Amino acid sequence: MYTTRYVIGFIFILTASVAVGLTGLREVTKNKAAQNEDIFNKRAILSAIEDYLPDGKKVDNLSDQEVSLIFEKMEQPVLNMQGEAVNDVKAETIDMAKERKKPESERRLPLYIYEHNGEKFYILSVRGNGLWDEIWGNIALKGDGNTIAGAAFDHKGETPGLGAEIKDNPSFPEQFQGKKIYDDGEFVSVKVRKGGAKDPEHEVDAISGATVTSDGVTEMLYRGINYYQPFLKEIRQSEGTQGLLMQK
Amino acid sequence: MAETAVKEKEPLFQFGKKERQLITDPLNDNNPITVQVLGICSALAVTSLVYPSVVMAVAVTFVTAFSNLFTSLLRTYIPKQVRMIVQLVIIATLVTVVELLLKTFNYPIYKQLSVYIGLIITNCIVMGRLEAFAMANKPWRSFLDGIGNGLGYGAILIIVGVIREIFGKGSLFAGSPIELKIIGPTADYFINTTESVMFGWYANNNLMVLPAAAMFIIGILIWIQRSYNTKLVDVS
Repeated sequence: MYTTRYVIGFIFILTASVAVGLTGLREVTKNKAAQNEDIFNKRAILSAIEDYLPDGKKVDNLSDQEVSLIFEKMEQPVLNMQGEAVNDVKAETIDMAKERKKPESERRLPLYIYEHNGEKFYILSVRGNGLWDEIWGNIALKGDGNTIAGAAFDHKGETPGLGAEIKDNPSFPEQFQGKKIYDDGEFVSVKVRKGGAKDPEHEVDAISGATVTSDGVTEMLYRGINYYQPFLKEIRQSEGTQGLLMQK
Repeated sequence: MAETAVKEKEPLFQFGKKERQLITDPLNDNNPITVQVLGICSALAVTSLVYPSVVMAVAVTFVTAFSNLFTSLLRTYIPKQVRMIVQLVIIATLVTVVELLLKTFNYPIYKQLSVYIGLIITNCIVMGRLEAFAMANKPWRSFLDGIGNGLGYGAILIIVGVIREIFGKGSLFAGSPIELKIIGPTADYFINTTESVMFGWYANNNLMVLPAAAMFIIGILIWIQRSYNTKLVDVS
């Protein structure tokens, strides 16, 4: 049998040396890990405009430097709920999970303005609830502020093979391409419809066996894009006047 | 290898028949998953794709090998009353090291394995080997025993992963740089003739993506193993 003093001493020395060792390793790897997380999140945003990346590349083929470069070039305003730009904040620093915990009127909305061959894209971030946990996504709108250029979704804990298909099955986000969020100037968002899309402009097919996740996506899109409405109205108006100028 | 000849009778890093058995036994006769039925939780959870299964296999092998080594080095100093706490500290430390390394060098796979890396701590195989082997054996042998058990666990993981990914997603190594589409309408044909696609009619089996499929596959593996390795069959 060992004495109590020995036991306490042994445990103390063991845990102290382990703590020092792990802290050291964490300090060494901290920067690289944070950088990895940053790039990982940026890739998730870029996957909404996968078809419009430089040189026709796919998100997976972009190097970390290329990803950073695209984000440096992008305009990244942050909007408040009234659609006004918030000063001195970059969109990429906004944590959507934290924003969602705030009361609705105080939330800030990240916006990424991407340009490709003279065409403008607005990438909006949305977040909502799936079946088990949160789901989120990035929606890229074309310059008219109406047509969806692409969408990408992710989730925290949806069922593999069912709800997780919003991310794992590329054909689900692909359905959103070309859909319109306005119907004759009225905001309707895009609906994920059980039993198959009926309206070719504003509906996509739901995932069979994942009704709650599908409904969650519908709700997330409606509420999430609705937050951006003040801004979208502005660009739609300016787009309209530009259209008139071109006619002249 | 200057230190190898410490004693004439028993060199420190001997690799004879017994040592070889430490590696090969867990692969078949004493497999942690199919014979001891340990570590099932993670085997069900991470095996829907091959690539995460391989990473998990490497991570567990690393943890079993080094926790065995460190426990064995400390075995004469560890107070018996608190040995389990000491073992847990060692395991948890190594798992944290794995987690930090993955975060640094392969962030996407870290995201994918998420909580299951942390759960290596509770994997019965790791602690089982410490209690059963490392507390009573010399460091070198304990280390080999850890490697053997990690590989035994990893082998089953990869077999299950290959079956589940092919039938559930029609691909192999998805998410890694060498992703292959094996079957299904979008498969890359092995020889570059785009005219015909192998098994192009195949539709992915959604059951295979769910953890239940791993349960069936492991059950079938146990059946196959026992039908040719009859000494494993319990005849009582």
